[in-house]
Amino acid sequence: MLAVYIVGGIVVILLIFFIATYNGLIGLRNQLRNAWAQIDVQLKRRYDLIPNLIETVKGYVKHERGTLEAVTKARNLAQSLSSGDVGARSKAEGELSSALSRLLAVAERYPDLKANQNFLALQEELTSTENKISFSRQYYNDSALNLNNKIQMFPSNVVAAMTGFKLGEFFEVKAAEEREAPKVKFT
Amino acid sequence: MLLVLGYFLGLYFFESAIGGLVIALLVWGIMSLVAYFQGDSLLLAVSRARKISRDDNPRLYNIVEEMKIASGLEKMPDIYIIDDPALNAFATGRDPNKASVAVTSGLLAKLSRDELQGVIGHEMAHVKNRDVLLMAMCAVMLGTIVILAWYATRVLFFSGMAGGRRSSKSGDGGGQVIILAVGIVLIILAPIMAQIIYFTISRKREYLADASSALYTRYPEGLASALEKIAASPVQLKSANQATAPMYTVNPFRQQGRAASNLTSTHPPIQERIRILRAMSGASLADYDRAYREARGAKAGIAPTSALALDKMSGAAALRAPSAEAKTAEESPQKIERARETSDLMWRLNDYRTIDCACGTRLRVSPEFRGDSVQCPHCGRTLSIE
Repeated sequence: MLAVYIVGGIVVILLIFFIATYNGLIGLRNQLRNAWAQIDVQLKRRYDLIPNLIETVKGYVKHERGTLEAVTKARNLAQSLSSGDVGARSKAEGELSSALSRLLAVAERYPDLKANQNFLALQEELTSTENKISFSRQYYNDSALNLNNKIQMFPSNVVAAMTGFKLGEFFEVKAAEEREAPKVKFT
Repeated sequence: MLLVLGYFLGLYFFESAIGGLVIALLVWGIMSLVAYFQGDSLLLAVSRARKISRDDNPRLYNIVEEMKIASGLEKMPDIYIIDDPALNAFATGRDPNKASVAVTSGLLAKLSRDELQGVIGHEMAHVKNRDVLLMAMCAVMLGTIVILAWYATRVLFFSGMAGGRRSSKSGDGGGQVIILAVGIVLIILAPIMAQIIYFTISRKREYLADASSALYTRYPEGLASALEKIAASPVQLKSANQATAPMYTVNPFRQQGRAASNLTSTHPPIQERIRILRAMSGASLADYDRAYREARGAKAGIAPTSALALDKMSGAAALRAPSAEAKTAEESPQKIERARETSDLMWRLNDYRTIDCACGTRLRVSPEFRGDSVQCPHCGRTLSIE
């Protein structure tokens, strides 16, 4: 009789452990998905801001056609890849970031432009969006790390293997030059 | 600890003073409820904060949103501005989904974007760590213990006389006297102990919020230089009072030239916070923990061990470069120099020793610091103290 109780007790404890671990994994996975959605929101916001920026800047910087076009091109490419996988997308977004940074560096040379209220407001929006992208990426990567740790470490790896959890993919910035956020200057 | 003290007092007087205890518990209950449901709006009303929307101050709104994203909060907190030239900020709200962040207009005017980000990160950490609720509940508990002790003195006075009559009849006065003595000691000590514990918790949470802010922004220098500016500002916040003090980034009652580090301070000394932030080699909680232990010479760190264990494996929290603004906006160096000189003087007055490192860094050594050498946080040289 005692043996039955002991075995029963162990089974109950294992069951509770299983349920708790499984729910924990689900929570982490949802957190990761939510973090991904957050990056998405910010990247979309950047797509929306760029045409406005181009419109505002165009009148002032007549001799910088190439820079403007590069930004538009990078934006369109990134947008077309926005339903693609994490790797391709982070590369395209990195290129967009560096194209933008070149444009804003160019804009520095035009005092009239820097006095434009509209441009200043856009500049603040863009800086902030750029920050938000990197913060949401930071949070996404932290979430991916948490999930991956859970999936790979004992004892939760047993539960993860039984229920087929996949490792989260990190959102990495590829080349060194792409690490630089657009240089937005306030003067 | 608070609970035990409260419980012991309650237990001791339960027999003799049910009435008093019930009243005290009732007061505690009402205070808790008010603090829980109305605490944030009360606090905001008392500090005369006005709510702003995105269009009123896009920059502040953006920075708060950035920190909301970095901390992984689900809901955007409400943002308030206090029209006051003093430099300070606070966060309130009983749970992360119903939070508010308030900053003074002086803070908005004086701080750069990176610095403001550090301060907002600190406030968001308070929200995320549920410090607001913790501190509110601690404050209520503290209040209750004070009230309990006050009631206890009254009750003791009366029951002492009653007990005296009884013991003369039954003849076991010895036990009564001992219980009476223990009771008196407790009544005197409980409120003092409770306050010291309250302040200790408060200071711990401040350090933790600093650490979290560094983790969110990946740029501890932002908060460090913000704290430096705040420390150099002589203006005191008008609308703060003792009860709301623990909510602010820095203690609003800080007086220049007075030792800030003592048992009854809700905030750690600013210079120490700056030193810890500057000594960080990375931006993770583990890095802050290490810097904290080095600066304080303490064995115990500040962050919960479970968070640290996870953190060490990642090692991913590298520092980032300052934003473009910080590089270009080199604002009047003379002004900063003057502020530094003044604060140096202040720290010398408090027995802080200053050491100049060959790399140009000036270190301040707290009088509590034990040991005869210190490492320069910038270049890593080991410097001997005197």
